[in-house]
Amino acid sequence: MHDHTTSTTDDDHVYLSLAEATPGPEGEGRWAYGTGFADPLLGVDTALPAGTDGADLAAYCQMLGDDALVLSQRLIEWCTRAPELEEEVALANLGLDLLGQARLLLTRAGQADGSGRTEDDLAYWREDHEFRNVRMVEAPNGDFAYSIARLLLFATARGALYEALAGHPDPVLAAVAARGVKELAYHREYATAWTLRLGDGTPYSAERMRAGLDAVWPLLEELFTAHPVELRVGVDPATLREPVLASLGAVLAEAGLTVPEVPPLATVLGRAGRDGVHTEALGPLLAELQVLARAHPGATW
Amino acid sequence: MVTAEVAEAIPAQTPEDRFEAVVAAEQRIEPRDWMPDAYRATLIRQIAQHAHSEIIGMQPEGNWLTRAPSLRRKAILLAKAQDEAGHGLYLYAAAETLGVDRAELTEKLISGRQKYSSIFNYPTLTFADVGVIGWLVDGAAICNQVPLCRCSYGPYARAMVRICKEESFHQRQGYELLMTLMRGTEAQRRMVQDAVDRWWWPSLMMFGPSDADSPNSARSMAWRIKRHSNDELRRRFVDMTVPQAEHLGVTLPDPELRWNEERGGWDFGEPDWSELNRVIRGQGPCNAQRIDRRRAAHEDGAWVREAAVAYAAKRAAEQSHTEEENGK
Repeated sequence: MHDHTTSTTDDDHVYLSLAEATPGPEGEGRWAYGTGFADPLLGVDTALPAGTDGADLAAYCQMLGDDALVLSQRLIEWCTRAPELEEEVALANLGLDLLGQARLLLTRAGQADGSGRTEDDLAYWREDHEFRNVRMVEAPNGDFAYSIARLLLFATARGALYEALAGHPDPVLAAVAARGVKELAYHREYATAWTLRLGDGTPYSAERMRAGLDAVWPLLEELFTAHPVELRVGVDPATLREPVLASLGAVLAEAGLTVPEVPPLATVLGRAGRDGVHTEALGPLLAELQVLARAHPGATW
Repeated sequence: MVTAEVAEAIPAQTPEDRFEAVVAAEQRIEPRDWMPDAYRATLIRQIAQHAHSEIIGMQPEGNWLTRAPSLRRKAILLAKAQDEAGHGLYLYAAAETLGVDRAELTEKLISGRQKYSSIFNYPTLTFADVGVIGWLVDGAAICNQVPLCRCSYGPYARAMVRICKEESFHQRQGYELLMTLMRGTEAQRRMVQDAVDRWWWPSLMMFGPSDADSPNSARSMAWRIKRHSNDELRRRFVDMTVPQAEHLGVTLPDPELRWNEERGGWDFGEPDWSELNRVIRGQGPCNAQRIDRRRAAHEDGAWVREAAVAYAAKRAAEQSHTEEENGK
């Protein structure tokens, strides 16, 4: 039986917990990864493994970290605009996962190049041409179908990459990848479920889904195109092309959709996102992301 | 289970008597139990308004999500927005146990037939507003909501237990942000004081009109939906907040605020109810914008929801077809 003698003061316990001067580690577990007060790299050996080129490792971590950060920012833009409340929860969840990955990877980049730059130094104080993300992640959200198409392509490719990176000699990168494999599996599952619903839903939704896939597909090739840094310190993304395309083909077939036959987006003098040559979409995205931090140089938030 | 126990303990009577007895015994009314129509209507209105407030409440903070000045603050704010969407979901589900559905309630929200907390019709102008919303607005919400964990309607009470736990984290995070800003630069400290100046009175108004002007309160108290009067909760909130403000180093913008030795609490001034009434009537700084955003999301998403329904119907049809085949 319940105790019904609860006094008025018992109502206050939730509120009064605020008065504890320093927030302790208790209860942090319920927060999404990386929102608590603890060091996100706690327990992982952060010393550079012998024979690793710090500058290359840093550049590689920036590439992957920037992909995660920029796509997270795009997912965040869906907040309060999603088609259903369940999607509000899910899209925020995906955004949090990617943001968590970005924070670890950027932190690692600052350690690996010896500069000691923090995640925030790298996220807020670099110019657009210093961002190394692929162009796919910076493209504006478009409609729900475009966002789902982009998520499907990105999550499939990134999941495959993280699987390969889980055995990387750098313990931090390996740990991020091992954790990321599970997160990306869910992202892919989520995007697959919506690709099926939209592709095999109403005639209109199928049309939107086809249009979304057609629009994002030209950006896929860049995810399989190796930058020299990737060849030196990471996984050659060209090796992902075949399994990723096979996996995407299977999802599209089940959804009653076909693989778009569209050519890849051209580069600029052979350079693209990994070289810091972006689309027009990145500048405004970063302007918004960085504006407040840059208005208060040296401030702590 | 609880209702079964009560049914045994209390001899058979009319449904009305049984309802009164369950409520008086501090037990829970469950969805299948008989309840007075007015009780049901009051709960639907209150739970829906609460759910709408969670969803609309994502907007003022969402205003800073893309601009959060550190990645950690961005993650905290995003986790909070996600929790609020989750709270909206539990609360709509609690309302649905009373025989309404979420789509119907959403229609009422975007057509202005149901309200949400007026606090969200104020703008968030700086990042300090994010902290102050956590500290004062979530703080006031917790004061209002903790007693609802013992509300007589079971599904609402249970939803509130989980929501209050999460709200207390939000409040703590908000306060921690403000502490950080107060230890920061002069510009950051000014930002905090400015935010406190703008949010203090609207936060006090979250408890509703003074008891003399709150006609529905007595009945809700008799039904154990409400447990404390508006003025009682407001006093409690002020008493808790004043020492926190001192600890933080901000000034609460009320010249009449002073310790009352006799009462053992803080005396405070009267909020400007005429301004609140204007906000309630739709003339607040953000009323139109909040509803427009919610309506746009709902309408822009209609084709997505239709696709999901169509897809589910196709799968269900396939399933029953397969079962028929197997049956033959």
